[in-house]
Amino acid sequence: MKANCWFGKHDVRLCEVPEPQLLSPRDAIVRVTLTSICGSDLHLYDGHVPSMQEGDVLGHEFMGEVVSVGSAVENLRPGDRVVVPFAISCGRCFYCRRELWSLCDNSNPGYSHMLGGYAGGQAEMVRVPFADAGPLKIPAGLRDEQVLFLSDVLPTGYMAAENCQIQQGDVVAVWGCGPVGQFAIRSARLLRAERVIAIDREPARLSMAAAAGADVIDFSAEHVTERLTEMTGGRGPDACIDCVGLEAYGRSPDALYDRARTTLMLATDRPTALRQAVKACRKGGVVSIAGVYGGFVDKLPLGAAFAKGLTFKMGQTHVQRYLRPLLKRIEDGTIDPTFVITHRVPLEFAPEAFDMFKHKRDGCVKIVLTP
Amino acid sequence: MTPIEDASDAEDVGAGDAFHAGPEVNVGGFERGASLTVGMALLALALSQRRARGAFALSLLGAYLSWRGATGHCALYEALDTGSAEDEEEGRLAAGAHDDVSIEAAATIARPPEEVYGFFRRLENAPRFMAFIEAVQVIDATRSRWVARTPTGQILDWKAEIIEDRPGELIAWRSDPGALVHHAGAVRFRPAPGGRGTEVRLDVEYDPPGSALGRTVARLFGSATEYRVEEDLRRLKQLLEAGETATTRGQPRCPASVPPA
Ligand SMILES: NC(=O)c1ccc[n+]([C@@H]2O[C@H](COP(=O)([O-])OP(=O)(O)OC[C@H]3O[C@@H](n4cnc5c(N)ncnc54)[C@H](O)[C@@H]3O)[C@@H](O)[C@H]2O)c1
Ligand SMILES: [Zn+2]
Ligand SMILES: [Zn+2]
Repeated sequence: MKANCWFGKHDVRLCEVPEPQLLSPRDAIVRVTLTSICGSDLHLYDGHVPSMQEGDVLGHEFMGEVVSVGSAVENLRPGDRVVVPFAISCGRCFYCRRELWSLCDNSNPGYSHMLGGYAGGQAEMVRVPFADAGPLKIPAGLRDEQVLFLSDVLPTGYMAAENCQIQQGDVVAVWGCGPVGQFAIRSARLLRAERVIAIDREPARLSMAAAAGADVIDFSAEHVTERLTEMTGGRGPDACIDCVGLEAYGRSPDALYDRARTTLMLATDRPTALRQAVKACRKGGVVSIAGVYGGFVDKLPLGAAFAKGLTFKMGQTHVQRYLRPLLKRIEDGTIDPTFVITHRVPLEFAPEAFDMFKHKRDGCVKIVLTP
Repeated sequence: MTPIEDASDAEDVGAGDAFHAGPEVNVGGFERGASLTVGMALLALALSQRRARGAFALSLLGAYLSWRGATGHCALYEALDTGSAEDEEEGRLAAGAHDDVSIEAAATIARPPEEVYGFFRRLENAPRFMAFIEAVQVIDATRSRWVARTPTGQILDWKAEIIEDRPGELIAWRSDPGALVHHAGAVRFRPAPGGRGTEVRLDVEYDPPGSALGRTVARLFGSATEYRVEEDLRRLKQLLEAGETATTRGQPRCPASVPPA
């Protein structure tokens, strides 16, 4: 079968690989009908995850049709249409039972070495571990594109907003208007934020944010924290969401400092957006981090965070916790996640698609791939 | 290079040289060879492992042992203000001296103590979660025969005896005196607070004979085992909680000709 495989920094290739087999009793094999490229894949693409190995099959956002199930899987049958959460979780450990799915004790949580090492879903077929605990059956009547993002970016944006514990009158600032940021913006509005301020520099992404009713700041043209102070009457946003992660851009002295430090391998992450979020957030506010951090960050203003009594919420998304509630909102029409799709291409073009998504060319926000 | 070949020129390699620009040599020649060999084997194992979390720790350990073997410098010895470079010398003089190696590991398993104890007590279950154990044969109520394969593919076998057995609480054992690396261990089970299941604690002590060979093997076996025992406990937990151990062995990758780990 065809699969998109990682070979090194900025080197992914479409390969012919063997079809996956059932390896454990709780496995299922799924024929992928739709998959996509996530911002997290870009961290692998840019070589930020040292455990990647040549030939690893990429992809952790996918859905498809069940082909076969292991002896212990009783809730799924061949032919079922399912969305597969990116977090691989046993469903039975201390963490899973407390709905902290992405912290599962018993799996190497994640496809394609994001944190685990399971072969991913940018392929014609994929093996899904703990298939009796993760995948969500999709009722007929919903198109693949409407439900695909339940696997990752939709719940990720939603959890990031939910973590803000939004109160009446709250202003929420969102750094990064990629797919995760887009869903965070809409979720914040859904959770009754008074106002959402979106920060990025990509015109297509900023206008997509504006279309959801957000006010926008172009960080390449404006001073972000000054603008935020001004826009919030000197208070600062009540909650700040980081949907950028460890590869933030920036031209400010601190961003250049980060670039130098990471190039020299003295630091691993570039927390430009996170620093701004901490700086901007109002006293007693929440900093919610959805963007991925992988190692060490430098010059995080913890003193300011402490003085202001900030609350930090972060982590990989507990996808399984949000599947049903968000599916319901898709079914009743409150959420239509398809707006974020800007490009639809066959799986064969995955390498070109990675390049385009990385450079945000042609107004690219989200690419879906059809095997 | 095998440890045995290298042991012959132990003095040459082990002797510090005044012009040596690198870290001070405090690891004896034989142990350096062994360090290097075991280190490389662990690295190879780590590279072939498809599970990031464990493989990373393994590769660190492997890289460290290789470095230690290559440079003859052990940071740990330095910190402890000891060293096998002198030690091996003493060892040769005072055969019979003892030098224990002890390891411990702990895990909390979300199942009741009786169940965890019961699973562990059926010694035939060991190969299901102990990575290098190939087979266990129960001889009688207390005695059993164990067969292991080391990371380098060597087959070891020994007999062990259960010396204390308190259902739901503790199993203690020791190897027969004939074992290459004489060891004793105990696994303790106690209820975890808040209904979280069972806290399992494993302690193993190697009490090798005083020969440089026995001690070195035990020391290396010991340092690798620290990690191995933690992984074994992790797999035990996976089996009891999730009903299976996590694996990526045999999954697709490219090119297909590279055998999956
Ligand atoms: N927590 C989770 O479980 C989870 C799940 C999915 C994705 N993620 C992470 O979320 C992050 C975003 O994912 P995505 O798919 O939207 O990726 P993306 O790359 O499409 O989006 C990132 C956006 O951040 C913008 N950006 C860069 N530097 C910035 C700065 N200094 N200030 C403001 N904006 C800046 C970029 O222009 C881009 O639009 C990634 O780090 C990804 O790994 C986390
Ligand atoms: Zn993702
Ligand atoms: Zn779990």
